[in-house]
Amino acid sequence: MSTEITRERLPAAPDDVPVIAPGQSLRTVTEKVSDIVLRKKSPLFWFAGLGVGFLLLQLFLLGVTRLLFVGTGIWGLNVPVAWGFAIINFVWWVGIGHAGTLISAILFLFRQPWRMSINRAAEAMTLFAVACALLYPLFHTGRPWLAAYWLLPYPNTMGMWPQFRSPLIWDVFAVSTYATISAVFWFTGLIPDLATMRDRAKGAFAKTVYGVLSMGWRGSAVHWRRYETSYMLLAGLSTPLVLSVHTVVSFDFAVSLVPGWHATIFPPYFVAGAIFSGFAMVLTLLIPIRAVYGLKGLITERHLDAMAKVMLATGWIVFYGYMMEGFLAWYSGNKYDWFVIWNRLTGPYWWALTLLILCNGIIPQTLWSRKVRTSPVLLFIVSIVVNVGMWLERYVIVVTSLHRDYLPSSWGMYAGTFWDWSIYLGTIGLFLTLFWIFIRVLPMISIFEMRELVHRTGHEDAPVPTR
Amino acid sequence: MAHTTPSTPTYGLMAEFRDPETLLAAARRTHEAGYRRIDAFSPIPVHGLAEAMGHRDRKVQTAVLVGGIVGMIAGYSLSYFTSAVEVPWLPAMFSGYALNIGGRPLHSWPSFIIPTFETTILFAGITSLVSMLIFNGLPRPYHPVFNVARFREHASTDAFFLCVEADDPRFDRAETRRFLEGLGATEVNDVEH
Repeated sequence: MSTEITRERLPAAPDDVPVIAPGQSLRTVTEKVSDIVLRKKSPLFWFAGLGVGFLLLQLFLLGVTRLLFVGTGIWGLNVPVAWGFAIINFVWWVGIGHAGTLISAILFLFRQPWRMSINRAAEAMTLFAVACALLYPLFHTGRPWLAAYWLLPYPNTMGMWPQFRSPLIWDVFAVSTYATISAVFWFTGLIPDLATMRDRAKGAFAKTVYGVLSMGWRGSAVHWRRYETSYMLLAGLSTPLVLSVHTVVSFDFAVSLVPGWHATIFPPYFVAGAIFSGFAMVLTLLIPIRAVYGLKGLITERHLDAMAKVMLATGWIVFYGYMMEGFLAWYSGNKYDWFVIWNRLTGPYWWALTLLILCNGIIPQTLWSRKVRTSPVLLFIVSIVVNVGMWLERYVIVVTSLHRDYLPSSWGMYAGTFWDWSIYLGTIGLFLTLFWIFIRVLPMISIFEMRELVHRTGHEDAPVPTR
Repeated sequence: MAHTTPSTPTYGLMAEFRDPETLLAAARRTHEAGYRRIDAFSPIPVHGLAEAMGHRDRKVQTAVLVGGIVGMIAGYSLSYFTSAVEVPWLPAMFSGYALNIGGRPLHSWPSFIIPTFETTILFAGITSLVSMLIFNGLPRPYHPVFNVARFREHASTDAFFLCVEADDPRFDRAETRRFLEGLGATEVNDVEH
């Protein structure tokens, strides 16, 4: 009988570290995860974490208020660099937003059991990162309240339509679809857990809210069957979607004719970079959270190890991309392309490229060592370094390709102003604030999938209580 | 069925089982015994359980396919009609722009593929969630199974249930109860409306 229930044998773990610590039962994993949310008092570190995010969020409000009063002139943008922090940060955030759906969809299709305890948090992170990303193009329009008809196709009395041959409109479609489908996927995954929360919540208010959100889920076998079909289809749909998003983002650059941007290597290397930075951000968030919430039994060293390996692999794809960019600029014999590369190496922004190579190319090589991959502290440091490196990558691509064009008389320099930095730090604040609120109100680990994992791995030594 | 007068005194009988394997076996035997208005409940998806009770449908798959095709047609038509077709007699708000952009043909289909791809995924993805909810009859604020205390406390955590509804033609309160107990149920409860 059990062979019919077990979907598939778990692939043999590459090492002896399990994806879930032994000694868990259906009840203990349910309690462990849901109690984080259902406890009455918020722990002190939660206030500390939220406080940091909330303080940074004030910088965002300050920057945006000033921006709306004065205009985009307060940013460091000027000819020749007319595309600065707004696009750098947009690409950075969208890239970070890739890990969630990758973990949820692609690793689901590949049946990787280690995805189960990190997918919920990673998907939430995706949503918040994409929300931060969308703010940049919106505010870069200068008049966000008019952006509706600049960006979205709807019949209006002015007879205006967006230009469907423009990569910028492709980008609007790609990122808004990604945001929507990520939210749908996330919510679908949440439904059975919301039912668990509804049944376990004590307060009337919490019971009502979780009850409404759970849609009256009761775990019927017929419902589960349609649910799993729906989840599988969403995973299948999200897989090409997640790979397409950063491809389309890279078209913003690659479809233009600017030397340094006009390169066919951009789509794959942007996607790899997105996954690289996304996994770095998942590690940056989860390493402290698993420590403070005592979730080391659910998010084990196996998870850290696996994510570090993904980072190592995608890091090399990215690094290969850098090398190919340089090689092709030289090999093509195009002097403008070669000038951009030479200028990156030896021009006034040489420090940015050097730091980039250090952060994305050299320091991640420590991940070859198993010791680093399984050491939370070292891995946390590497993940921060990679986050910085991926930001620098976009800085180098955007700024160094623009600041010296064909006419030396129109060369210039670019630097972010206080307002650029305040909005950038502000979105980090928004991201952290949303994430800490998420941890407080929703189960950050997929409870029903953990139960499934417990059942499948047979760690259930505590019998089901039946009076 | 909170709003209509119930035709039966109770909603049905709810049997509780120790683990998914016993539940699966019990569901299969109940179906084989000729009961049709039955449903099983579990805190984890149990594969083959719905099928064991004779449930087969591909509605979600079909809906998602249709959603995707509709999205594809919608996305392509939108790009095409707004970028390549100018209809002089239509009001300006419904007519597109037939503009020459970089010497490309008006019907520059490669550019339209990207919005088309995105709307395909968008429509199919939303259909996937919405059709799953609709076919499952969700959202549903009230359901009689929640009247069983054991169900409320354990169904979404660690217990496995099989419910035989009272409007099943073969349902007999005493006999069905005996039958369920014979399947290895740890306890059998009445389900109030």
